[in-house]
Amino acid sequence: MAVVKMRLYRGDSNGGAEKEYEVPLEEGMVVLDAIHFIQANYDGDLAVRWNCKAAKCGSCSAEINGMPKLTCKTRLDTLPLDKPVTVYPIKTFPIIKDLVTDVSWNYKVRKTIPPFTPAKDTKWVMYQEDVERGQEFRKCIECFLCQDVCHILRNHDKKNEFIGPRMLIKIAELEMHPLDTLDRKEFLRDQAGIGYCNITKCCTEVCPEHIHITDNAIIPLKERVADTYFDPLQWLLEKFKGSPKQ
Amino acid sequence: MANGTAQNAVTLRRDTWWAAPLITAVVLGSFGIYSTWRALSNADFLVEPYLSPFYSPYILASWWPFSPALLILWAPLGFRATCYYYRKAYYRSFFLAPPACAVRPLAKEGSYAGESKLPFILQNIHRYFFYAAGVVLFFLWVDAFKALKFEDGLGVGVGTLVLFANAALLSLYSLSCHSFRHLIGGNLDVFSKCPTRFMLWGKASALNEHHMLWAWVSLFGVALADLYVFLLARGVITDVRLI
Ligand code: SF4
Ligand code: SF4
Ligand code: FES
Repeated sequence: MAVVKMRLYRGDSNGGAEKEYEVPLEEGMVVLDAIHFIQANYDGDLAVRWNCKAAKCGSCSAEINGMPKLTCKTRLDTLPLDKPVTVYPIKTFPIIKDLVTDVSWNYKVRKTIPPFTPAKDTKWVMYQEDVERGQEFRKCIECFLCQDVCHILRNHDKKNEFIGPRMLIKIAELEMHPLDTLDRKEFLRDQAGIGYCNITKCCTEVCPEHIHITDNAIIPLKERVADTYFDPLQWLLEKFKGSPKQ
Repeated sequence: MANGTAQNAVTLRRDTWWAAPLITAVVLGSFGIYSTWRALSNADFLVEPYLSPFYSPYILASWWPFSPALLILWAPLGFRATCYYYRKAYYRSFFLAPPACAVRPLAKEGSYAGESKLPFILQNIHRYFFYAAGVVLFFLWVDAFKALKFEDGLGVGVGTLVLFANAALLSLYSLSCHSFRHLIGGNLDVFSKCPTRFMLWGKASALNEHHMLWAWVSLFGVALADLYVFLLARGVITDVRLI
């Protein structure tokens, strides 16, 4: 039986190192299977977070051969196996142990987003074409791979200035909601720091739900911010016609 | 950052992540050099009835001592320079910000301000370049139609087809623009009240999905259309009259 060499990061906030393991390759095996094999047969104290093993809970994010991916969705037969497969925790968030990181920052900033605000006398009728756009964004499984890969958070550590791509699709979902009445453009520009994004599209590249994060959320939001803050013609038009949002 | 030392290396990726930014840099750089040379040359751009797209509309102004191309090229160049697709392309390939995903950027950690400060905050005026480039595009269509008028009457030469193809590709690029997609309907929250704009937004969105493709083919298109006129003017090739 073919054997795969796996190199897993073992350590915690005090430091650590790669450790190599050999795992018998089975047909259809994913990286998480190999990690489970290691846990069951070599190191029972290996820390890894997972729940659904169906690419839907978003817990098993890691960096496989340097790329942010879900370990439960990455088949070993899609990787070059002539060299050991490396698995590291996601780099952008503080490590707890081995492959497990503390992603709580994401839940904290998410709470700062002004919530869905319907009008007091809303009639709860919506048409499909009006809610369709937001449906794409609701596919998000909060794996935070996009937050991990985004260079603004990953390399420049701008967690106080930039809210990250996952949060921007959340804002897009609210802003484009047909029954929402709140205007989040100032929030987008100031607290969310949308200007930091240079649309280099790594978030879209790694999203396991294939959400068009940049094309359908971030760029349309940048355009909305431009309407209010960078376009004198639109600004005049809004003054003249009145903005539909508060 | 709290993670292991190996992750602080440039990258742990082992694939050929450097290939795409390298190719982009070479191709975009070559276009930059070619178009600068052609725009400054002020020669070999008109072979009746064909006018090079770099010089269209052809403006003859006595007060302007430089190449007439410079009077117009700022519009399409500004449109491309602030285009959402090209921004990704050159931030990755020229600024290495970052060169590829999960690869360390060139700029010092923490020194980055992206498009939140000058100069890149100016990318926000992309839509104004869209308007300006639209005016130039109108003249490119006019010049394509003028390329049907030969000395001996109406006709079609290879050059006519070249100029029409160029205008068509540039139109696809312009109509797939993210700012256009926003202005035509993306700025609405309730589509059901504006069915026409919803329909147009749907069409713009369909084109927008391939914005990168249109960006590249129209770039090659405009360079090749200019090259065609240049080679005609230099007598390297002769135009074939089809009709
Ligand atoms: S496109 Fe913007 S949000 Fe997405 S990874 Fe790049 S910089 Fe971050
Ligand atoms: S947008 Fe995609 S990559 Fe980001 S958290 Fe959601 S599912 Fe994960
Ligand atoms: S285990 Fe749920 S997404 Fe991987």
